[in-house]
Amino acid sequence: MILAVILIYLALVLSLGILSHKFFRNTGEDYFVASRNISWFMLLMSLFGTHMTAFSILGASGEAYRRGIGVFALMASSSAIIVPCVFLFIGTRLWKIGKKFGYVTQVQFFRDRWESNGLGLLLFIVLVLLLIPYLLIGVMGGGDTISKITENAIPQWVGGLLISAVVLCYVTYSGMRGTAWVNTFQTLVFMILGGVTFVVIIYRMGGFSTALSKVDTSLLRQADHIKPLELLTYTCIPLSVGMFPHIFSHCLTAKDVGTFRYPIILYPVCIAIVWVPSVLLGILGNVDFPALKGPEVNSVLVQMIRQHAPGVLAGFLGAGVFAAIMSSLDSQTLSLGSMFTNDIVRPYLRKGGKDQMSEKQQVWVGRLFVIAIISITYIISLIAKPSIFRLAIWSFTGFSGLFPVVVAALFWKGSTKHGILASIFSVILLWLFFFLRYWQTSGYTVGGTGIMPVAVIILVSTTTLIIVSLITKPPSSETIDRYFNT
Amino acid sequence: MKTTHRWILYLLLVVLFILHNDFWFWGTFEIFLGLPIGLLYHILFCFAASVLMYLLVKFMWREK
Repeated sequence: MILAVILIYLALVLSLGILSHKFFRNTGEDYFVASRNISWFMLLMSLFGTHMTAFSILGASGEAYRRGIGVFALMASSSAIIVPCVFLFIGTRLWKIGKKFGYVTQVQFFRDRWESNGLGLLLFIVLVLLLIPYLLIGVMGGGDTISKITENAIPQWVGGLLISAVVLCYVTYSGMRGTAWVNTFQTLVFMILGGVTFVVIIYRMGGFSTALSKVDTSLLRQADHIKPLELLTYTCIPLSVGMFPHIFSHCLTAKDVGTFRYPIILYPVCIAIVWVPSVLLGILGNVDFPALKGPEVNSVLVQMIRQHAPGVLAGFLGAGVFAAIMSSLDSQTLSLGSMFTNDIVRPYLRKGGKDQMSEKQQVWVGRLFVIAIISITYIISLIAKPSIFRLAIWSFTGFSGLFPVVVAALFWKGSTKHGILASIFSVILLWLFFFLRYWQTSGYTVGGTGIMPVAVIILVSTTTLIIVSLITKPPSSETIDRYFNT
Repeated sequence: MKTTHRWILYLLLVVLFILHNDFWFWGTFEIFLGLPIGLLYHILFCFAASVLMYLLVKFMWREK
């Protein structure tokens, strides 16, 4: 029965994605950014659904299981203030520039902004490498959830394959419009089912107060598991939305700049709606499953669902988890397909400044890349280890480290190609330094002080960008005029 | 929009950011309105952030 519910849900998602193809215009702009014609509600749901990943739903409850209520302050309420600000001050400006110059990827903008193909290529490589672990987490989290909810009736590799195949079909066929439609549906599904899951489990546990009274009180205050400096510096992590390629793509889909208004206002409320049940269920998981260790803690939510809501309900609740996973996986895959097409293939096929690819060819090249990316991700997911969940925070750290690049592009006329290159190299070096030494150390902070490595990386990359820009030559005045005197 | 109003909104943003670091509830274990007080504070923080975003959008919107 659980299996039937899950399969019906996946079929529904697939149908919706395919249905949206009815409005497809067969142009590159339509395939990659839905002809920049998305309404505010769909923009809110797409941005939010894309931002909330397997890490947010499964990882958050796993972290809350270990570290208690402080996880909400650390990961959720910090995003509630930072992410809308990024949309307000950065997203709206990127939308205007994207619309004016016809950009569909970040690299197109940065390449022109600092008159450097090499810089564009370097950023392309860095962004792709940082996004791969993020994709893997989605496929593995989805496969693992299916296998656990169906008590291994569907093994992890089949589950991952199912999710990958569904995403592949609607992203390949319908592009960004299909992705936005499906994301809107799936975001609503996981917001509603998250609440239902919470109510059902709490009811079965004998009420909220009763369940909470069985939890170790150290999990119900922040002091025992989180350092004040960690809370302060963790606010650097959500800055990653300013550099996520998939969030950039969604920002460009807005119908006009006014479309951002309600998403900016409602984003913090959406965060509370999704994270409160996730965090509380993670904490209450200690009552029923007190001995989870290592990567096992990420399955606490699924185990709670299985224990307290068996049968059809488990199928619905499992569908809520898939909704969160697939609504990120689709956008990430599409943005990678878009980057390969528009940042690599199109520029290098250009002759005499003229595009050699027709609109149809752009769509087809994009589709081929989407197929290749999902296939490769799926194959890697078969051999990757569950500890891959730890990579999520390092992926965010890398994107956040690059945040000064987008700020300089939009706000500082004096920023130079060399300043940006130096900044990117400083991020690469520091990221490698921290990652290679400490990626296996769960909850690592610099010297145990509570300072997150991301804060150090942002500080160094910003300083490097400023110093090198001040001593090197800025772009031509024509370029500065294009972007600043509009 | 007057420059003074703009700066007041920026100031409110900084104040809200500082309020995120709730060291006053750091070691407190207390159930208030059915929830641990440290968690309730951050849920209310999300709603406060939403109100501030409303003010920023209303008074600072760049689209004319």
